[in-house]
Amino acid sequence: MITVLVLMTLGIGLGFFVGKFPKVIKGVDKMTTWSIYLLLFLLGIGVGLNEKIINNLHTIGLQALILTIGAILGSLVFAYITYKLFFKSK
Amino acid sequence: MKNSLIILGFFALGLILGLTRFLPEVIMESDFSLYALYLLMFLVGIGIGADRSSWRVIKETNIKIILVPLCVIIGSLVGVGVISIFTPEIQLKEALAVGAGFGYYSLSSIFITQISGETLGVIALLSNILREIITLLAVPIFVKYFGKLAGIASGGATAMDTTLPIISKYTGKEWAIIAIFSGIVLTILVPFLVPFILEVL
Repeated sequence: MITVLVLMTLGIGLGFFVGKFPKVIKGVDKMTTWSIYLLLFLLGIGVGLNEKIINNLHTIGLQALILTIGAILGSLVFAYITYKLFFKSK
Repeated sequence: MKNSLIILGFFALGLILGLTRFLPEVIMESDFSLYALYLLMFLVGIGIGADRSSWRVIKETNIKIILVPLCVIIGSLVGVGVISIFTPEIQLKEALAVGAGFGYYSLSSIFITQISGETLGVIALLSNILREIITLLAVPIFVKYFGKLAGIASGGATAMDTTLPIISKYTGKEWAIIAIFSGIVLTILVPFLVPFILEVL
């Protein structure tokens, strides 16, 4: 995963210089969108081929849902505290 | 929203092809996704570096604004941590990695798939999509009971784009800039935080 972070950092550096060229940025945006499509497509294939996941989809879905509820409730509680302490006067 | 549907469409298409085994041998036997991920992260990096407005937002705002993404990070991780304590099937580290997606489902699920395999990758995908959907549906209620930062917190990384309109509508336009800032910080952190949790912790 280090490779990924190095590539991203290189990208940020390069991005800083190409930021002046709207055409380049537009192209980069398009390619980004398409590589996300490609990766999710490949993930779909991987999941479809993976019998362990397909046979346990209800358990996996339930786990995903309760993790989401946890993440949202936790964020809400901390956001409430932060709001009361630091932002209320605004 | 349209983009999310297309992404789901591609995932569904891949899923159907995988289920029916309607694929050439090469694709079933080798894994191109790591190279696709390398390309994606390079492109994401260029996007972040090139975006003048994100640099400006960060420069112009006062220090207090940092507290917003910070409370979303702590809140999300504490929340999923508590869940993992009560659910023996979910390990703490896995729960934290899923929670650290902050709603950025495409990137977090891709990372988690690479590091921990497809099962957890799918949990991350579903969980983070749900975060976006629940936020879109429930922001008015959240804001009513948890204050003005609630929509921004619930939206996580999506507060900068997909959930921004609804957050701005129910919280007020003056909070939009804070929502964008928080979303940008969380979006940038996802590719660092998720591998960190899975590989270092």
